Amino acid sequence: MTFFKSARRLLLVSAVVYLLLKALFLSGFATEYIQQIILYAFIVIMGALGLNVIYGYTGQFSLGQAAFYGIGAYTSAYLTHVFAIESVLPFLPVLLVSGLFSALIGYLIGFPILRLRDDFLAIATLGFGIFVRSFLDNSDRLIDALGGARGFVGIPRIANLELVFAVMVFLVLVTRNLIFSRYGLFWQCIKDDELASSSFGINIGRMKSMAFTYGCFLAGVAGGLYAHLYTFLHPSNFDFLKSIDFLIIVIVGGMGSITGTIFAGLVWVGFIEGLRIVLPSGLLEYRWVFIPILLIALMFWRPYGLMAQRESKLLGIGKSP
Amino acid sequence: MKALECIGLKKSFGVVAAVDDLSFSVEEREAVGIIGPNGAGKTTVFNLITGLYRPSGGQVRFFGEDITAIDPARPVTLGIARTFQNLRLFKSLTVLDNVMVPILVREGYGPAGAILLSRRHVDAERNARQRAMELLGLFRLAGKAHLPAGSLPYGEQRRLELSRALAAAPRLLLIDEPGAGMNPREIQGLLSDIREIKENFGLTILIIEHQMGLVMRLSDRLVVMDFGRKIAEGTPGEIKKDPDVIRAYLGASAC
Repeated sequence: MTFFKSARRLLLVSAVVYLLLKALFLSGFATEYIQQIILYAFIVIMGALGLNVIYGYTGQFSLGQAAFYGIGAYTSAYLTHVFAIESVLPFLPVLLVSGLFSALIGYLIGFPILRLRDDFLAIATLGFGIFVRSFLDNSDRLIDALGGARGFVGIPRIANLELVFAVMVFLVLVTRNLIFSRYGLFWQCIKDDELASSSFGINIGRMKSMAFTYGCFLAGVAGGLYAHLYTFLHPSNFDFLKSIDFLIIVIVGGMGSITGTIFAGLVWVGFIEGLRIVLPSGLLEYRWVFIPILLIALMFWRPYGLMAQRESKLLGIGKSP
Repeated sequence: MKALECIGLKKSFGVVAAVDDLSFSVEEREAVGIIGPNGAGKTTVFNLITGLYRPSGGQVRFFGEDITAIDPARPVTLGIARTFQNLRLFKSLTVLDNVMVPILVREGYGPAGAILLSRRHVDAERNARQRAMELLGLFRLAGKAHLPAGSLPYGEQRRLELSRALAAAPRLLLIDEPGAGMNPREIQGLLSDIREIKENFGLTILIIEHQMGLVMRLSDRLVVMDFGRKIAEGTPGEIKKDPDVIRAYLGASAC
């Protein structure tokens, strides 16, 4: 009960946003392409939220978020393929399993690599990302349905506005509750000072592993939705650059701000895709000139990201009563 | 009863013996000061007691239990809390959160309880907040509870370290140079603070300090270290007259 009571504000805002989006989608004002981009933004927010838990809150610099996103995407696509699932309700357990499978891989890989810090951890997670990418490239030798370098085709389109939006709001809520519990507090302690954290009885290894595993779970769920939005997967969708996307969203939004990740996710996807519409085709490739310049400017203007460590009262994401 | 015993404690870094065959003990509810020139090995003793360093030899006992080379996360669960010489607050957290950490570490609710906001979780958080606010009140920090710890002036950060250590409900409190970087007036306040918490909480205290005035007035007994060894031990009155101590501090000609 308390769970919903404390979430009243967020649920209210979400309901309003949902109705607006639904009206927009039905009015025909938003083309199919734009609808897809909006859903994609929500999916990216979930993945970035996972990285924010890992890096923004706990201070574990991971460059492998896209690998876990990919693991979730391929797992869910394979499961809907095997069980011939085509509607939302039976897809929910598939989504949960994809998240849990990503989390499991994250948990296991965490044993050797989470002992590393900073740049060393970055390199290890980067390496894991490359490993996953190569694995996916050759996956058809193991299981033909995964498609290998040809890509995974024929995935049913199950991710609609209701599903993606509801899953996102739910996961934002769960993440908020974790962050504002003692676990979130311990994660931030570890980021600030590991030695002091351990002196006050925080189990560093377990807390780091918990944050990493949960962050991978979010990435896995996001990947599962992604697969069933675009209906086609290719290993190149989950490479190193995708991890950088998540990283940029976390940093632009503010390390240690859920609100920041939500805003930055919307801005980032909106911006990249928006420029595709606005710019004449001859100038399109110049996106990657404008965007870095804007990022540099942002880092001067707001070195701690748009929201820094603050949360939005409007969304009711701050500390629960 | 002996709260803390160090028996023949040794720590060498390469060829340097930072702590060399050091033995002393602290009785329950006693305040013992460790003094000595810079580099005498005082902080190393704290790190050996709390498990941050593994001794090269010797033994540490806490209320009779052997805690030599203990896991650094365990002393606080046994009732040993410490402050740090060069302040190790959780700087980006609020003042209140800093003090809540050691209280919440002892709570039993799990991740599921945290996500679902179980009654146990909500109650635990409320009690922890209340307890933390009481402690902050004791150290005149209640008004700053919601500021980031890193934004406090130095003297207040020192007091916050003490309140955080007390939040761990320790039996033995290790205080590392509380007077460092403080002016005489702040030190006066600190002295009465430490005396007060010692009385109110029935604490045993081991304190490292350079400010002679502070440590002499606070301690029941003093252990004097130089080059990793104990060169004297006794009441503040005895120590003041000890020729070895005067030599270590003031040079031989002062005798």
